[in-house]
Amino acid sequence: MPPSHHLVDPEFSALPFAKLADTALQRARDFGAEHTDFRVERLRSQRLVLKDAGLVDASEDDALGCCVRVILDGAWGYAAGVGLSIDDVVRITEQAIAVARAARPMVTDPIVLADEPVHADRTWVSDYDIDPFSVPQAEKVALLAGWSRDLLRSASVDHVSAVVNQVRENKYYADSAGTTTMQQRIRIDPEVEVYGSDASRGVLDSMRTTAPPVGRGWEYLTGTGFDWPGELAQLPDLLAEKLTAPAVQSGRYDLVIHPSNLWLTIHESIGHATELDRVLGYEANYAGTSFATLDGLGSLQYGSPQLNVTGDRVVSHGLATIGYDDDGVETQQWDLIKDGTLVGYQTDRAMAKLMGWERSTGCAYADSPGHIPIQRMANVSLAASLDTISTDDLIARVENGLFVVGDKSWSIDMQRYNFQFTGQRFYAIKDGVLQGQVRDAAYQGTTTEFWGRMEAVGGADTWSLQGAFNCGKAQPGQVAAVSHGCPSALFRDIAILNTTAEAGH
Amino acid sequence: MSSLMATPQDLVEHALETTTAEHCAVVVRDSSTANLRWAANTLTTNGLMSATTMTVVSVRTGSSGSAVGVLSRSVTSRGQVERLVTEADAAADLADPADDAADLAVGEAAADWSDEPGRTSLDILSGFGAGLGEAFDRSRAASRKLYGYVEHDVTTTYLGTSTGLRLRHEQPTGHVGVTAKPDDWSASAWVGRAVEHLTEIDVDALDAELGRRLGWAQHQVELPAGRYQTLLPPTAVADLAIYAYWVASGRDAYEGQTVFSDPTGGTRIGEHIAKAGVRLGSDPTATGLAAAPFVVATASGSSASVFDNGLPLAATDWIADGRLTALHTSRYTAGLTGLAVASPVDNLRLTVDRGAGSADDLVATTDGRALLLTCLWYIREVDPQTLLLTGLTRDGVYLVEGGEVVGAVNNFRFNESPIDLLNRFSEAGSTERSFSREWGDYFPRTATPTLRVPDFNMSSVSQAS
Repeated sequence: MPPSHHLVDPEFSALPFAKLADTALQRARDFGAEHTDFRVERLRSQRLVLKDAGLVDASEDDALGCCVRVILDGAWGYAAGVGLSIDDVVRITEQAIAVARAARPMVTDPIVLADEPVHADRTWVSDYDIDPFSVPQAEKVALLAGWSRDLLRSASVDHVSAVVNQVRENKYYADSAGTTTMQQRIRIDPEVEVYGSDASRGVLDSMRTTAPPVGRGWEYLTGTGFDWPGELAQLPDLLAEKLTAPAVQSGRYDLVIHPSNLWLTIHESIGHATELDRVLGYEANYAGTSFATLDGLGSLQYGSPQLNVTGDRVVSHGLATIGYDDDGVETQQWDLIKDGTLVGYQTDRAMAKLMGWERSTGCAYADSPGHIPIQRMANVSLAASLDTISTDDLIARVENGLFVVGDKSWSIDMQRYNFQFTGQRFYAIKDGVLQGQVRDAAYQGTTTEFWGRMEAVGGADTWSLQGAFNCGKAQPGQVAAVSHGCPSALFRDIAILNTTAEAGH
Repeated sequence: MSSLMATPQDLVEHALETTTAEHCAVVVRDSSTANLRWAANTLTTNGLMSATTMTVVSVRTGSSGSAVGVLSRSVTSRGQVERLVTEADAAADLADPADDAADLAVGEAAADWSDEPGRTSLDILSGFGAGLGEAFDRSRAASRKLYGYVEHDVTTTYLGTSTGLRLRHEQPTGHVGVTAKPDDWSASAWVGRAVEHLTEIDVDALDAELGRRLGWAQHQVELPAGRYQTLLPPTAVADLAIYAYWVASGRDAYEGQTVFSDPTGGTRIGEHIAKAGVRLGSDPTATGLAAAPFVVATASGSSASVFDNGLPLAATDWIADGRLTALHTSRYTAGLTGLAVASPVDNLRLTVDRGAGSADDLVATTDGRALLLTCLWYIREVDPQTLLLTGLTRDGVYLVEGGEVVGAVNNFRFNESPIDLLNRFSEAGSTERSFSREWGDYFPRTATPTLRVPDFNMSSVSQAS
């Protein structure tokens, strides 16, 4: 667990949790529920939006509510509300019981949870320095406006947008086995994008920062964890070069992919494919299923021997990092892919029990007080080489290829086979040397074939934690933030499309 | 609602009494939702949720302009409202003048202002649940599995302003989607419907349609990537049309960021961007698609301003007879871009003059070979300037020969622009209520026709089945 020097927000920790939890747990016991959990959650968020240095939006959201989840005669029952009085808690507990009773006739596989040790009175706070909600809005806006004005001075920049999403998430959880946890996480997602045009060719385009969203506070924008001045200073020239860059020739290329792009390919083709709820069909009507079926556990050749992937909810500053999940399971790290072979899945407690496994990997998560926990993605990360291999070393091994930096467009099929990604920028590589940018490129692949073509990964110096705030899943839709660590990596013989040709223009 | 709790109208009035700002707009959203989710012929999760959220827009007017504080929070009591308003007022005190500042809409209380919020309940699901249980039994007998989700939500919005406006809108929204697979998962079929009330859903009819489609899939044909004559049913057309609607910001177009931008400057308003006879419009009063008839903005953005809360929304053509006629603007971004004020409306209707017939009818009149799609999935923008989108076919691509479906084909990745397709389609069906597979959970109110596209770009094969 990362140490934190912060306390849980006193406004949250002052709520009468013990009394409310006792009420819910006792009321559910009255009806004979096999399991009950009671959760109170506060989700405070602010989205700052500036266009051309002018403030467009600084609105704040602050959701507070509680929910009760029961297992009664093998059926889930879930109810949620925003009132926090004893009467409110009694009412939603009774509603949850009523929902479970109504559901029971349609349940053929009774729900049972995998065992978990009791974690009584635990508190966990994520690792950050400055709570963004303690920083005066004027100070935040002034920083972003200053960045924007500097960028607008460049001839290549017609417009600039700056967006910073900030979240403080508080969760209180108590269950009928005796686990009670109180947790707080801070996360932040800053993005700056510049827009320009090349009138002579009728081309419009943009260039965005590659700084990942992270589990840090406002300090992330002022010198901790990322070199903002360095990246912002490069943006106008990177945009100017992209606007006039030659179009890529479609064909097959060797690729060196930077972590700022590779994380999203990991997310889509490994992260989602190793979610056990997808494998079991729970997402068949929405997010989809997975090609990585149970018969391949321990045998499916997912990729080359260089492919070593873990799931974890413990890495410092990880967006999926937390002390205890929404099933009351203490978080951990485990192997998903070892030397290229599928060896593990992400689970919640009900699925772990269904599989006959001893314990859940701790991936239950609900994105708000009004949503039921489901299995969500851990930080799914690709291990670096133990050798000292730089990104330049990887580029030096390529005769005719592309170096891909920054994520942009992404899409993958419902079983996680066929994907297509673009990037912020693609650079040509000739005879081991990096050339200028090319434009309109996309790479397409099929998951196991693509990872089978990964010849080498960079060393620890190339590894970084990337991620997203906006991973969507489930019905009703839930959004989760997740990180992915990865090194630069070298892939041989990958299909590259010219997107303008694809459009038929 | 228990008698101890304040009504939404009370909360609005109390906020307007509490504020010390010169002007204030208050939005209360009272929502209740019931849902069921199932997989492999058994219920998985479910829920009954309710929430009340208040947004306070505090406006402080000073010598250099009007500053705004905007806060949204879950509220149930007058005490919570007082705290929220005090904080919104304080945020406005500290803010610089807002670029989008404008006078709040003026008016009075609407006739339905004092009506209670609408509610959904567990009972709403009971009729559906009985039908679903029978469908599970039939599926087990037929060695197939059902996966799906049904939801009913009623959200009632109360909007009050310090300028006298009191508006109420009750929005019922229901939708269902069901995926069916044989026990060995060798094929997949999907049906979905969006409705206002779940009683409009005929579970037996959905189940029968799934059976018909899995029957088609008993004969499977492998086809390579390429350009194919393709029938896009109303669901797939909604998948693409909603994306085009979401990127129709007037400001973004004016600033050179979208397919609606003129590369030499300004927007493409007035240009023929689609075939003659194509009309893409929104109308808050459209039957079966009724949406809020006034602006509800809890944050400002490219197409919205919190100062516009309560302005009336009118029927708007975004594309009329193939010509781009309007883009989304607030009063502020309209002024910035020189475009007319046209706030987005929460529904969308695509019609084509002389379009006639259902997807089945267009199958029957197909010359040669064509693909009949079910829906599209994982649609993402590849090139904003052309609105080139990539994505995949999902849960059933069917081969049409001799005017009938003769089997199922593998899935494909496509790369296509909806704006290009509106120029290239060769035939359109009649417009019907549709439910987008990819976006319907978030944008359920659409009506679209089937489109026949002579040369749809299937870029590569997907092994997903």
